[in-house]
Amino acid sequence: METTAFQKIHTKIDQITKATCTLRATGVGNEEMATVNNRLAQVVKINGDLVTLQIFSGTEGIPTNAEVIFKGHAPQLRVGEELSGRFFNAYGDPIDGGSEIDGQLIEIGGPSVNPVRRKQPSELIATGIAGIDLNNTLVTGQKIPFFADPDQPYNEVMAMVALRAKADKIILGGMGITNDDYLFFKNTFENAGALDRIISFVNTTEDPPVERLLVPDMALTAAEYFAGKNQNVLVLLTDMTLYADALSIVSNRMDQIPSKDSMPGSLYSDLAKLYEKAVQFPDGGSITIIAVTTLSGGDITHAIPDNTGYITEGQLFLRKDTDIGKVIIDPFRSLSRLKQLVIGKKTREDHPQVMNTAIRLYADAANAKTKIENGFDLTDYDKRTMSFAKEYSEKLLAIDINIEIELMIDTGWDLFNKYFSVTEIGIKSELVEKYGKQKNN
Amino acid sequence: MSTKGKVVGIISNLVTVAVDGPVMQNEICFINMSDVKLMAEIIRIGDNNAYVQVFESTRGLKIGTEVEFTGHMLEATLGPGILSKNFDGLQHDLDKMEGVFLKKGDYTPALEDDKLWGFTPLAKPGDKVISGSWLGEVIENWIPHKIMVPFSFEGAFTVKEISAKGEYKINDTICVVTNNENKEFNVSMVQKWPVKIPIKSFKEKPRPFRFMETGIRVIDSLNPIVEGGTGFIPGPFGTGKTVLQHALSKQAEADMIIVAACGERANEVVEIFAEFPEIVDPRTGRKLMERTTIIANTSNMPVAARAASVYTAMTIAEYYRSMGLKILLLADSTSRWAQALREMSNRMEELPGPDAFPMDLPAIISNFYARAGYVILNNSETGSVTFIGTVSPAGGNLKEPVTESTKKAARCFYALSQNRADSKRYPAIEAVDSYSKYIEYPEFIEYMKDNISPNWVNNILLAKNILTRGREAYEQINILGDDGVPIDYHQVLWKSEVIDFVILQQDAFDKVDASTSIKRQDYMMNKVLEICNTQFKFDSFEEVNPYYKKLINVFKQMNYSEFHSDKFKQFEKELQTVIEEKVVV
Repeated sequence: METTAFQKIHTKIDQITKATCTLRATGVGNEEMATVNNRLAQVVKINGDLVTLQIFSGTEGIPTNAEVIFKGHAPQLRVGEELSGRFFNAYGDPIDGGSEIDGQLIEIGGPSVNPVRRKQPSELIATGIAGIDLNNTLVTGQKIPFFADPDQPYNEVMAMVALRAKADKIILGGMGITNDDYLFFKNTFENAGALDRIISFVNTTEDPPVERLLVPDMALTAAEYFAGKNQNVLVLLTDMTLYADALSIVSNRMDQIPSKDSMPGSLYSDLAKLYEKAVQFPDGGSITIIAVTTLSGGDITHAIPDNTGYITEGQLFLRKDTDIGKVIIDPFRSLSRLKQLVIGKKTREDHPQVMNTAIRLYADAANAKTKIENGFDLTDYDKRTMSFAKEYSEKLLAIDINIEIELMIDTGWDLFNKYFSVTEIGIKSELVEKYGKQKNN
Repeated sequence: MSTKGKVVGIISNLVTVAVDGPVMQNEICFINMSDVKLMAEIIRIGDNNAYVQVFESTRGLKIGTEVEFTGHMLEATLGPGILSKNFDGLQHDLDKMEGVFLKKGDYTPALEDDKLWGFTPLAKPGDKVISGSWLGEVIENWIPHKIMVPFSFEGAFTVKEISAKGEYKINDTICVVTNNENKEFNVSMVQKWPVKIPIKSFKEKPRPFRFMETGIRVIDSLNPIVEGGTGFIPGPFGTGKTVLQHALSKQAEADMIIVAACGERANEVVEIFAEFPEIVDPRTGRKLMERTTIIANTSNMPVAARAASVYTAMTIAEYYRSMGLKILLLADSTSRWAQALREMSNRMEELPGPDAFPMDLPAIISNFYARAGYVILNNSETGSVTFIGTVSPAGGNLKEPVTESTKKAARCFYALSQNRADSKRYPAIEAVDSYSKYIEYPEFIEYMKDNISPNWVNNILLAKNILTRGREAYEQINILGDDGVPIDYHQVLWKSEVIDFVILQQDAFDKVDASTSIKRQDYMMNKVLEICNTQFKFDSFEEVNPYYKKLINVFKQMNYSEFHSDKFKQFEKELQTVIEEKVVV
């Protein structure tokens, strides 16, 4: 840590709690950074000359005569081209054994984009996964999380999406990920030969939990730097549930009244501040955020996924389909709100109707399944929908699919023709003539 | 001399200020940081301290910083130039701000001081006037914008002088009025009004009864709203609240639309910014943006300003209502506003109510909804503010405090259902659970009979009944099995499905289907009810489903065709053939 000659050193702490310490000091700014016996801390409360500091790595072993030095600025990150290919901790210090970054210092968690200066997102991000491209198309400047139970392969899917999306930079913000996952990301990016366009800020389960509060802001500040240079940046944030847990730890230690699920009352605003950094800039640069929110037992009514759902532009649900024994992108609960901006415009005009019809038929199959469970006979239509659903799941919903969008739409038509009559699919007749008829018997 | 103070405490955006003179609850003050002034509002006073919520991030703020109090509450600036603007929650013009990022303390003026407006006087010297009386008008876009006696003027006045027809700036004095003590007051084209106080310069506020067309069938044909009515749309995320609000803002029959994007996604506002200057309003032939004002305080913008944004929007709505106009105010989402209140209440360490919301939340919500309404102005002209708010219930649970409080205040309830959204039945409004209290108003029933269609309200009741019976049949079939119930049950179910697919479901992204005229809605409703009243003959339940699907398919093709076009007529003929296949004669 750099120390400057004229900095005043305080050595008398009045009060110490699990996460904070309070001392008398003047001329201190709100949210200013400080060090307490070389541990990084931030001002969270000022009352007269009493200043309360939150110590990121905890207060274990902090004595009342610890050296406190105020740094005179909010948390900062050095940015520059050299960030590429590097790994950092939550404070933006290298953890890959490489040299320090020699770039421009900027404050993290900076201002928001003026909404009238934003451009409407319009560039499709192709991933090859039909559960995404066909049903829940992603667009640059979008923010979308995976909702997944902890046992699902969300990090693998996310890494795959990141590598296939043609982004100029991929920035990974890892919060409370295991060391194994960290190494997985590192190896995957390395093996793909993509390391030079990847920047990682990582807080693993071995690090103190409160530190991870800095990770998303670090990642997004780096993203803003590159997007400002007209690059398309993809930010991966995993796992946002652990980030929110850290928020609740802090608010608890600050004696705030918890709201739903012991989360702080400001959870919505706290999450929105991060996710809303996703943007399409007028000059061409963009920030797209793909996050992971782990669920407990698929419960989306918990405060974390619930608030997230209201902020993000849709969500991607992973679910194991027992019929085909594979993980699929659940077509019912997944949604991409921005898909309307590209489907049928950047893709073939029959895309929206094919997508909706397939999902509706898949829903009919689910109803048929309920009938079986209740011990009722199936009609001929029920049986056809069930065969359709299985093939649809296998050929389009499974996450191991990697095909072009046009082929996904054609596959949809093939399945319709195989199992249903024209009146049963109920698609606009012009589209049936144009795209569905030639194969229709 | 105005009161001054010094910062003595900071927790996030709640700042404690020691003051040297009198201050007022909700007074606005400015905190003079070295390079910027931060705007803040007093939310509590005690022990010679004012507790202020800052409308900005307080990063870098230090103890001892000087604070200047303004002597007034948060005010809206009201005058020509509001239409087509994009404001933030405090009515700062977003387009006037420089740079891509919002800068702290960049407070741009709402209106243009230098712009010339063509003024035509409506009053003449000697006229008796009171607050809200029309003195003259300027044409703003296409709306005759009335210049009024300021709402803050108490008592009776007489016009002494009024400017001749000509071009004036908003701050020019265009009229001089005298009170009964012969004291003179200058009136310009701009006035200020505190946003938290309702504007009450009207004669009377009767029950609203005039139907407001929205082009959305599940609203107009089943749960109609009226000019000056109130409604709310609760729904879990992903059920289409925002798409529905956008459809309303595009299609609703109003003179002016105010959209308060309150703590929601920025890209949704961007969609309005991108589309509204392009889309043509079929009624006026003008661009939608010409009748729209947007208050954008998106979720990443300061929380305190979010709470203010709905009040700013309502004040602007009331101002235009006083000109005898029909205003539709949409707020997305009122839950974010309530959450902003919760954050502040939490920081002030108030004892919390349910779910940590402030105890007075129900009162705040109902007071706000009460500001909407249909009014008769002092000159017997009428105006209205129709308010529709969305609610984002936590976990999709309608028993949470914001939804429950809103349910008591709003007269129309549009329940969005997760099940309908999952099966892509959009708009996902659950028609049976939703309601419009207005269909019980005798004056509304009368109005519909005289002006729209003799059967409208009756048809609503019939259709709802069929839908309810359909739902019951569906449950029976699920319990007893397809062949465990009489064939009639299947018919009851499928007749309700015809209403569902043909009337309730509407494709917001299809050019023709997106908006349905009242004539067409009436025609289609009668057509569908006719089918529901027709006896069809089936030999087994297995025939029921494919037959009705065929019917529905033809109906849907009709929905996708221009009303009374050749294609429409052709499908109508086809429909007749299909009916004849199974009809009992």
